[in-house]
Amino acid sequence: MTDPTENTTPTPVQFIAPDGSFAPNAGADEYRDIAESIDDAMLQRMFHDMTLVRAFDVEAGNLQRQGQLALWVPSHGQEAAQVGSAFATRAQDHVFPSYREHAVGFVRGIDLMNVIRLLRGVTHGGWDPKDPRNGNFHLYTLVIGSQALHATGYAMGIALDGASGTGDLEADQAAIVYFGDGATSQGDVSEAFVFAASYQTPQVFFLQNNHWAISVPVTRQSRTPLFHRGTGFGIPSVQIDGNDVLASYAVTAKNLDDARSGAGPRLIEALTYRIGAHTTSDDPTKYRTDDELASWVARDPIARFQTYLRARGADDAFFADVAAEAKDYAADTRRRTLALESPPAELIFENVYTDEHPLTAEQFDWLERYEESLEGGDAR
Amino acid sequence: MTETSTVQTPTTSELATMPMAKALNAGLDAALAADDRVLLMGEDIGTLGGVFRVTEGLQKTYGENRVLDTPLAESGIVGSAIGLAMRGYRPVCEIQFDGFIFPGFDQITSQLAKLTNRHEGNQAFPVVIRVPYGGHIGAVEHHQESPEAYFAHTAGLRSVSPSTPHDAYWMIQEAIASNDPVMFFEPKSRYWQKGAVDLSAPSVPLHASRVVRVGSDVTVLAHGAMVAVLLQAAELAAEEGISLEVVDLRSISPIDYAPILESVRKTGRLIVAQEAPGSVSVGSEIAATVAERAFYSLEAPVLRVSGFDVPFPPAKLEGVYLPDADRILEAVDRALAY
Repeated sequence: MTDPTENTTPTPVQFIAPDGSFAPNAGADEYRDIAESIDDAMLQRMFHDMTLVRAFDVEAGNLQRQGQLALWVPSHGQEAAQVGSAFATRAQDHVFPSYREHAVGFVRGIDLMNVIRLLRGVTHGGWDPKDPRNGNFHLYTLVIGSQALHATGYAMGIALDGASGTGDLEADQAAIVYFGDGATSQGDVSEAFVFAASYQTPQVFFLQNNHWAISVPVTRQSRTPLFHRGTGFGIPSVQIDGNDVLASYAVTAKNLDDARSGAGPRLIEALTYRIGAHTTSDDPTKYRTDDELASWVARDPIARFQTYLRARGADDAFFADVAAEAKDYAADTRRRTLALESPPAELIFENVYTDEHPLTAEQFDWLERYEESLEGGDAR
Repeated sequence: MTETSTVQTPTTSELATMPMAKALNAGLDAALAADDRVLLMGEDIGTLGGVFRVTEGLQKTYGENRVLDTPLAESGIVGSAIGLAMRGYRPVCEIQFDGFIFPGFDQITSQLAKLTNRHEGNQAFPVVIRVPYGGHIGAVEHHQESPEAYFAHTAGLRSVSPSTPHDAYWMIQEAIASNDPVMFFEPKSRYWQKGAVDLSAPSVPLHASRVVRVGSDVTVLAHGAMVAVLLQAAELAAEEGISLEVVDLRSISPIDYAPILESVRKTGRLIVAQEAPGSVSVGSEIAATVAERAFYSLEAPVLRVSGFDVPFPPAKLEGVYLPDADRILEAVDRALAY
């Protein structure tokens, strides 16, 4: 079977080569102005966010190993794809993650302790997407690919509201939805492509091809490069080096602005790699080789970006400051995790419905009486 | 269908006679007119007006942005309706036939039903899924099923089913006004049956069950198209001097037990009827609950009259499968034998 990630024409858009040198390829031409418009302050903020989320992610994995979390879903290795694309969103955009987009959520402003609460088993959600502090970052979705349709419906609503395509990039809205290579095999993702193309929604499909759906390689999901899928649905599609934060930023910014301007949906396939396990329940040594892992570690998005920033003049003090802050952030995450309390029992009956529902009310009453009977007497 | 005894007869000039399909159309029209966040979406519902013509003329009135002909994909319809609800819309999805709901099952049960809970109450999902369901129309496979139990079993959803044009007209508007997702099961064999609709006021709240024929010997209960069968059976029983009290369930989730229990305490006998297979069904749940709550009032076990636990048969055999008045009366005899 051919490797769909190798059969790529044209070459994935890339600005920063794996060795950290600035070497835009031919595919990068149309995005070069955007990439070069990023000033040093913003580049350093991107590096800051990538580094902090990696430290957070490693610490969360440790917390799971120590029994503090039910599960952890590592984002390690995908920071460039996530931070670059998240920086490319505008404040008015709506973001629909899968469940590994910790760095996107961080950039959009959610407190990542909410993700900890989710994976500790305190809540199924964790944050209110309607709260302005949360940057229109919607809840994680665990059923693979389901959120692609929610984003598409949301984008249909944007268009119906006349909130896109007015020509005002500062006001026009768009949606961006994140999903992985495994999700492209789900019917819901294809149906989302159909609906998005049919209604010409203002949205970007951001596909992080991290090469593995748990133990199954992307070659099992597709015989063609995944971004070719979009073209078949009538959605202009582009493949990028997902470990290059500049490529992720520039291509996402351009495509989101095209989408918000009324040009219809877009698909970006970001080639990246899940350095960590699928989740803490997984053992990747059973299905992938050390050589493959090493080849991707050599393309690490943060190390590459660091080399690039050094060449632009970032000094040791900057990197030391970021490293110290990341260390503090991880320690703070640990401290706050250990302080989390279990939710009250009545939580299970709350918000099952919005309006009153007699069955949940009856069962809640029964549980209260039952628990009182245990506390009140010598029942046990 | 003939309603008797306890049903209040409307006296205002707003009384109209129309078939259920037309009543639903009028109800949808009223909902679209009342709130511009209400959208209709589904396969063939626009230009064609739906395969049962329930949405006929509505796209012409409200435009393609209010009445959307969608691609042929049930998961896509429900999943995009969820996104539209997040945006503040109140989508009403039409699933073309009962047996075609399953491609949308994940979006209904794992997403729509659970999203309010996942959002910790911060986001409501006022989505209505209209499902023409049930037999008696002589159609091919997947076109005559009664899948309501799957959805009644799922927390986070509400499920209702009208039996008359009047209820259809009001219940569809109440379902659209609900802040929770509502599965709206339309008994398609009743689409063309005319009945009186009081355009001035609904009969009872959306989730209320009610007695539609007063009797004294046996309570018989059903929802949707089976209510008409029960009323027919009640007429036949009356000729033999047996008095059946008929309860129209109307709401499958939640179930309004008060009128049911009141009736059972009076008659001491209950028969639950449904087109769906009886095993692990809505009728099973009601039988169990009535046994728990009215045990000392019961003179006989609660009996179920259901479809058989087989795939809905080919059309030529639907009469064998579907409970009719005779099967109701057979159960009445068994109940009275205790």
